[in-house]
Amino acid sequence: MSQEMIQHLAKRIADDIIKQPGKEISPTEPLISSGLIDSFSLVDLSLMVEDDFDVQIDDTELNAETFDTLEELAALIKSRQ
Amino acid sequence: MLTFSQFLKQAYQTNPNQTIITLLQAKQEDLPISYRELIEGAAGYAATYQKEGIQPGEVVVLILQHGEDLIYAFWGAVLHGAIPSIMPFLTEKLLPERYRADLAALIEVTQPSAIVTYPEFESEVRMALKEGDSVRTVIISDQTEAAQVPDFDSLSGMQRQPKDIVLLQHSSGTTGLQKGVALSHQAVFNQLENLSQALDLCQTDVVVSWLPLYHDMGLIAGFLMPVLTGLHLVLMSPFEWVRAPYRLMQAVSQYQGTLSWLPNFAYHFCAQKIRDRHLEGVDLSSLRAVINCSEPVRDDAHVAFYEKFAPYGFRKDALAVSYAMAENVFAVTQAGVLDELIVEEIDREALQVERLARLAEVGKPSIRMVSCGLPIPNVRIKVVNSDGETLADRQVGEVAVSSNCKLTEYYHRPDVTSSAFLDQEWYLTGDFGYLVDGYLYITGRKKDLIIVGGKNVYPQDLEKLAMEIDGVHAGRVSAFGIFDEEKGTEDVIIVAEVDTTDPEMHNRIMTEIRNHVNRGSAVALRQVYLVEPGWMVKTSSGKTARLANREKYLQEISG
Repeated sequence: MSQEMIQHLAKRIADDIIKQPGKEISPTEPLISSGLIDSFSLVDLSLMVEDDFDVQIDDTELNAETFDTLEELAALIKSRQ
Repeated sequence: MLTFSQFLKQAYQTNPNQTIITLLQAKQEDLPISYRELIEGAAGYAATYQKEGIQPGEVVVLILQHGEDLIYAFWGAVLHGAIPSIMPFLTEKLLPERYRADLAALIEVTQPSAIVTYPEFESEVRMALKEGDSVRTVIISDQTEAAQVPDFDSLSGMQRQPKDIVLLQHSSGTTGLQKGVALSHQAVFNQLENLSQALDLCQTDVVVSWLPLYHDMGLIAGFLMPVLTGLHLVLMSPFEWVRAPYRLMQAVSQYQGTLSWLPNFAYHFCAQKIRDRHLEGVDLSSLRAVINCSEPVRDDAHVAFYEKFAPYGFRKDALAVSYAMAENVFAVTQAGVLDELIVEEIDREALQVERLARLAEVGKPSIRMVSCGLPIPNVRIKVVNSDGETLADRQVGEVAVSSNCKLTEYYHRPDVTSSAFLDQEWYLTGDFGYLVDGYLYITGRKKDLIIVGGKNVYPQDLEKLAMEIDGVHAGRVSAFGIFDEEKGTEDVIIVAEVDTTDPEMHNRIMTEIRNHVNRGSAVALRQVYLVEPGWMVKTSSGKTARLANREKYLQEISG
């Protein structure tokens, strides 16, 4: 389940957020602190999580301390489902 | 003519209980700040500067989060007669070493005697300091003197003269390009008077802003203008806005905001990223001007914004435009407040080949131009060619500005100051544009500059970073912006020549360039495009080379 979720997130982020379809994102790669997802796209990420998993991420949680990798994001989503 | 401190004294005596700023902070109650609170908080900082031995006329650099301390530290410097300059703090993606290098370069040119910062950031600031530099003290925001009743007779800010420098506004850019725009009390008050007329300001106006205070639009329109003209300012931080853009709309609705300034990309950002459920009960009908400023203005941004927010009471006639720059304190022109916004279609080929903005015939390729409007009172504009000769209407040239609110100088940069003016009077903006019956249109930039989300980025800085990656040829990198219609701002592309054709090596180099540039600059790259040796178009000027490589890249990817 978690693997599936990570794969889904990786694809959605590559396709729709950083708009580089096919780009591989590893589960442990930093997304926010690396600038891969820039601050202008953080809100897209929270809207995407809300649409796909019906889980809300508060805007105060959109930072690298709350989650920075696909693994951490998936864990956050699971903890709220 | 007043000075800032004289104005504060007057406000303290006549309107102490007026709420001048309401500070919005995530997960906290909105914080109203009266003139009394603002000035007493500032007096605490003034006492701190005094205690730390800061002399009037010395520069104090403020690196603080958007909040109470930043407000008090700024006005405290004013009351003390010191010259505040607000600088951005480190974002989480930027490499600390890069930030430190930029800060050290700033210190070298500006020679501040103190830096004010917050506790968590102290060590970062200290690491940028060098033995023997100008910084005598680092002031930590939680170790300052308490708010106190000001004794205006003993505050050295009261001795400043209208022509003295009151603040520095730093343009972004790197080491060699670091320029602090020095503004006098008089220039700022003149700008505010001119702008008040152009906006037909009245005491019931409420400014709602999320703009950073280290940028001229945020500092002047979203901070100094309301405080120095007595208008209620509702202030949120850019950090919060970018994560929760709907808060801006909720704030407008709650506080009956009438004026807001946005860069072009923000129109799209708000239109695309705000959910309707966040707009329930929101009423935007109080807005009388949302002013597009600091990025090239595009009509489609206005259309997207209007379509999204019209159901919530936003009126089309509230769409407005301004052309502004720190060197003129802020606004040069204003459109769409006292007059209608003008949009015209010009012939694409005539613009590019003849440098003439001829109205397009139906069916011919055209470019849609939004006018920036007429100059505000006491500001004059002309368009000149490369010899400094004034051009006729519709001829494209460099925009030059003369006004009663010009910068005093680029601080400690006499070399740049003298070359910035034509005939010692006309400030050469570096922007290309044309005039029609006094109305200004901006077509492009002379300076090679990419504007991403309101931030100015020099392509040569990005190229330098990319060249630091193993496997990339020195001098064989090109960085440029491509306008992204959906975002309403530019995307940054880097093209780099590499010897290897191995796909795995390509992936490594692409990832390394992306990471290195993202963490070493203010932007996040849209694409890294690797090419074989000999691909790059080289010319004598970096700017024409970038334009040529941009064309070649666009052809290949659309291929």
